[in-house]
Amino acid sequence: MSGANELLEIKNLSTSFRIKDDFFPAVDDVSLTLKKNEILAIVGESGCGKSTLATSIVGLHNPNNTKVTGEINYKGKNLVTMTDEQFNNVRGADIGFIFQDPLSALNPLMKIEQQIEESLIYHTKLAKAERQARVLQLLEQVGIPNPPRVAQQFPHQLSGGMRQRVMIAIALACKPPIIIADEPTTALDVTIQAQILDLLKELQAETESGIILITHDLGVVAEVADRVAVMYAGQVIEEAPVVELFRNPKHPYTRSLLNSIPQMNSEGDKLNVIHGIVPSLKNLPRTGCRFSPRIPWIDRATHEDNPTLHEVAPDHFVRCTCWKTFHFEDEGGSVQ
Amino acid sequence: MSFMQIKDLCVHYPIRGGFFNTVVDQVYAVDGITMEFDKGKTYGLVGESGCGKSTTGKAIIGLERITSGSIIYEGEEVTNQRRKRNSAYNRDVQMIFQDSHSSMNPRKRVSDILAEPIRNFTNMTPDEERRRINELLAIVGMPEDAKHKYPHEFSGGQRQRLGIARAVACNPKLIIADEPVSALDLSVQAQVLNFMQDIQDEYGLSYLFISHDLGVVKHMCDDIAIMYRGRFVERGTSKEIYADPRHIYTHRLLSAIPNIEPETRLERKVERLQVEKDYKDKQHNYYDENGKVHPLQPITDTHFVAMLNAEGGN
Repeated sequence: MSGANELLEIKNLSTSFRIKDDFFPAVDDVSLTLKKNEILAIVGESGCGKSTLATSIVGLHNPNNTKVTGEINYKGKNLVTMTDEQFNNVRGADIGFIFQDPLSALNPLMKIEQQIEESLIYHTKLAKAERQARVLQLLEQVGIPNPPRVAQQFPHQLSGGMRQRVMIAIALACKPPIIIADEPTTALDVTIQAQILDLLKELQAETESGIILITHDLGVVAEVADRVAVMYAGQVIEEAPVVELFRNPKHPYTRSLLNSIPQMNSEGDKLNVIHGIVPSLKNLPRTGCRFSPRIPWIDRATHEDNPTLHEVAPDHFVRCTCWKTFHFEDEGGSVQ
Repeated sequence: MSFMQIKDLCVHYPIRGGFFNTVVDQVYAVDGITMEFDKGKTYGLVGESGCGKSTTGKAIIGLERITSGSIIYEGEEVTNQRRKRNSAYNRDVQMIFQDSHSSMNPRKRVSDILAEPIRNFTNMTPDEERRRINELLAIVGMPEDAKHKYPHEFSGGQRQRLGIARAVACNPKLIIADEPVSALDLSVQAQVLNFMQDIQDEYGLSYLFISHDLGVVKHMCDDIAIMYRGRFVERGTSKEIYADPRHIYTHRLLSAIPNIEPETRLERKVERLQVEKDYKDKQHNYYDENGKVHPLQPITDTHFVAMLNAEGGN
């Protein structure tokens, strides 16, 4: 734990959903830290728990059918044990959240100005005129042309890229030190995506905030992230600085994923396919390496009984020991 | 020799308004595109949302009314014709939809879903039909007992494979694949793309592959057309488009694709901003005063670009 630069510390966080009378962990014992002025990317396929992790950090789960355990330490306070009233002071002011789908996250009946103003009213003591000035300033900051006009419009009057910019403006309104962006560019075209990612990076450099970027797109990760955590079946299976992860991926899952991207510079070759399917919450094996059913040609003995994260290089963590002997199925070696 | 030609295809939608609800303007969703399809090749259609690429696909298969232009299939005019339910064109041109969930009847079992094209286009006995369905399931790598299940019992990738099975049921010549993998995860996407290639190798199909993902298109396609505002801005072989893009819009699209090389991201950003700036400055060279894309001019035999003077304009 390296002192002052740390913004947020997630320790042994588990989030379980209730199915009938049992709780099934969608996020299972995840520990991560977010430092100041860095973009931490969390990557994984659908159902790996990355969005659940994000919503757990800002406490958006219904306590009746979810159970959140572990610690999320922010400024010496544990967010997990906070009451709703206490949490409301954190959300918006200290943690900004950018949702994936801006059309369903924005209120269709409120003007853009009111929606951005909302968190200013709640968290600051600015007067009305000051708030309106801040709204215009924010809209300008996120690159919206003609802010005074857009401020008086409704969400449906804006294009997808513009709506996403409004979402970012809302998240930034109170200058939070932490921003969580849940698939901020998934619904956008590539040219707009590039603009939004550039914008996020610029704003972050200005405010020195820490960003947790949730995405399934490894291209996006390579463009903006500083550090990457790869998740599979609720666990972090590999964590490394971005260059290290793309140059020396260790875990079989990370390597398989990287191999299944249709590359711009390779043609015609067969893409790598991962055996089987992502296990559902209910049928997840709770012991042993969770990836082992999908690499059946690897000797069972190379997996750990109870896989933990090992530091294999400075700041590079890999779960389980199976990566040491892992090879792709068609690469030869002893097929089990 | 191409088996199908599309000439100057246009799909315009009227905008109605005013007191008598008269037509006040047109939306030029597809505005004059020309293509040819050869056997066993894959044609990519790329563009951003709203450029008309899906409308093109739907117009070809007959789900959208064509305003003008013509589609000629094996020497026969098939544009907006009232076709018999079991005509050759309906059988030979099939479609894979983007959203496999909403394109299958939730109240039918897989066996009935796959049997529908077979019953429409062939005269099989129930026995032959059953055999064909098992064969189709085997082609897309699904177990035989899948045919007793309903669509909701499958995962997204499996459903997409069923969509492919339905499309290939009657040995079509052309499959229009409208964003077949954009809703799928990376590893599943790889699976579906591999299947599509296998089936193509085996049956000599042609694909019209509609997508916004330039990486996938590069992987799959021989010929690529870049579309913008209902028109082609550039057309050529995959190599020509990626190695030697001529139109500024193609440049812009290519520079915006995220690359999985974190080391070079700063250089790419500089390049991207430069292209973005060029795009703003030089737009008038590439579009006419109404923002309409110029007609295509040949550069080589296979490479076409929409510029006024293709040679000096670069």
